[in-house]
Amino acid sequence: MGMTLAEKILARASGRERVSPDQIVIARVDLAMSHENADLVRKSFLEIGVERVWDPSKIVIIFDHRVPAESEKTATTHRAVREFVAAQGIPHFYDVGRGGVCHQVLPEEGHVRPGMVLVGTDSHTTTHGAFGAFATGIGATEMAGVWTEGTLWFKVPSSLRIEVEGEFPPWISAKDLILHIIGKLGAAGADYRAVEFNGPAIRWMSVASRMVLTNLAMEMGAKVAFTPVDEVLLSFLRPRVQGELEVIAPDPDAVYERTIGIDAGADLKEPCIACPHAVDNVKPLSAVGEVPIHQAVIGSCTNGRIEDLEVAARVVAGRRVHPRTRLIVSPASQRVYREALQLGYLETLVAAGAMVNPPGCGPCVGVHQGILAAGENCVSSTNRNFIGRMGSKDSFVYLASPAVVAASAIAGRLAHPEAVVKEGRVWQAKA
Amino acid sequence: MAGESLKLRGRVRAVLGANIDTDIIYPGRYLNITDREKTAEHLFELSYPDVRAAIQAGEFIVAGANFGCGSSREQAAAALKFAGIGAVVAASFARIFFRNAINLGLPAVVAPDMAANCAAGDELEIDLVAGAIRNLTTGITVQAAPLDPRAAELLAAGGLIPYLKHKYLQEANATCPSTV
Ligand code: SF4
Repeated sequence: MGMTLAEKILARASGRERVSPDQIVIARVDLAMSHENADLVRKSFLEIGVERVWDPSKIVIIFDHRVPAESEKTATTHRAVREFVAAQGIPHFYDVGRGGVCHQVLPEEGHVRPGMVLVGTDSHTTTHGAFGAFATGIGATEMAGVWTEGTLWFKVPSSLRIEVEGEFPPWISAKDLILHIIGKLGAAGADYRAVEFNGPAIRWMSVASRMVLTNLAMEMGAKVAFTPVDEVLLSFLRPRVQGELEVIAPDPDAVYERTIGIDAGADLKEPCIACPHAVDNVKPLSAVGEVPIHQAVIGSCTNGRIEDLEVAARVVAGRRVHPRTRLIVSPASQRVYREALQLGYLETLVAAGAMVNPPGCGPCVGVHQGILAAGENCVSSTNRNFIGRMGSKDSFVYLASPAVVAASAIAGRLAHPEAVVKEGRVWQAKA
Repeated sequence: MAGESLKLRGRVRAVLGANIDTDIIYPGRYLNITDREKTAEHLFELSYPDVRAAIQAGEFIVAGANFGCGSSREQAAAALKFAGIGAVVAASFARIFFRNAINLGLPAVVAPDMAANCAAGDELEIDLVAGAIRNLTTGITVQAAPLDPRAAELLAAGGLIPYLKHKYLQEANATCPSTV
């Protein structure tokens, strides 16, 4: 009997011939990532009382949630982490202005490779399954244990397989696909499971789009999620990662708990929207009704990459953001920021009336750079719409693709990009 | 000692629904509070502030499926623990929350039928190892998933930090002949 990707990676990392679901194994960790909550990890680590981390070269710390520091409290936290990084000789540290959102920086800078076990003190660490890594989120105290021992216990997850075929209709993206799937399976639909996305429609996707799937798989409870290790991925990795790259794949006779088939052409006729206050409260755009939009956000580890800024620029080009709406754009990293500058996307967005935030989590985390007031509606390309996530507990967050966010910013209400682009200057505000 | 500490008795403070996410438990805006004790002040701040205000030490929270979904924030588990909650009983837990709770020494008990079989104020007796919860108020007993051995070991130690502390202290002692 063959093994799934999750089983293969855990078997090797725990020094076994094979493993099967529900078995508990102790696996070696290849990479341990933290953002500002490295400060919490540091505190737990100091409490344990071991002097040195197990392997400084395997720890990566990236500031992204509150950059630049928005308060004295955060500044103090940042300082404590910087001092710890220096004292422990941790070589991979991305300070303000050097990195961006952790899940963007990690692969961009070549830290992620197929077959590795990667843990991060952030739930969306599942993102790195787009690079063939067994990657999952853990808490700060657990990370202190990893910093101490370099190993962690895992229960081997059973696996779901999602096969996607068919052609995406115009304006429909990976974001719509994954929202559709979450709506179908529910917020706990993949709890504790490994999810493997596969099929021709996935193999055609850019690496950036695959990251949207593995990122949001977390919102249906997935422990890890994978897209295929294929030529598309390898050509992304080769210039970034040193040494041999392992082409890892599930065995043809691997056992899946369930296989779900999706036809992108037939099942995704319209953009999908996750309505307040749950990511699995997914409706096709036309079923949501008239929603005036006060804030529109493009960014985050879900949809803050070049292809996202490109489609947004395409939608807003030559138009103006609606007078009642604020459009906020946060490039996911310094690299994305530079590239978007060079390609003119930011020029187009700013000309339309967007405000550009520094690379980082921005308003996604609800602490700075675009907090919502009571009664406000926000359409966002991010990944969570829980009560109070982006500000007031009486605000409302609709999750959508970057194209829908950009269109809604122009229309001043939830809108289909096609309608905005077709109707041209109808919503143009007076200067 | 371990056996004793893995049996709990207390009252139900609140019975909550499904998908209680970490933003409900502990709002993101307080993530820069890194003193675990202080997190308790913001427990349930946005959605159930009255629950927090009424908590007596050792009381239980009972909830539906997928408790603790969302962010990896350990503060969610810490806030419950330091507000005095003795255990969370839910139909199921999101995995990171479950691990955080156990790592901080907060029992997280999986019992699919508990929410339907208790009300706020009921007194429960939880046997973590056997996987049984008796509602002393109604006389009903519901099944719970017995803790797996690894989690039981961590809870018995009081969480991951004391567990590792002990482990490494022992190792340090073992390598030092004068203490043998
Ligand atoms: S962008 Fe949002 S979801 Fe992603 S790591 Fe930052 S806060 Fe978390």
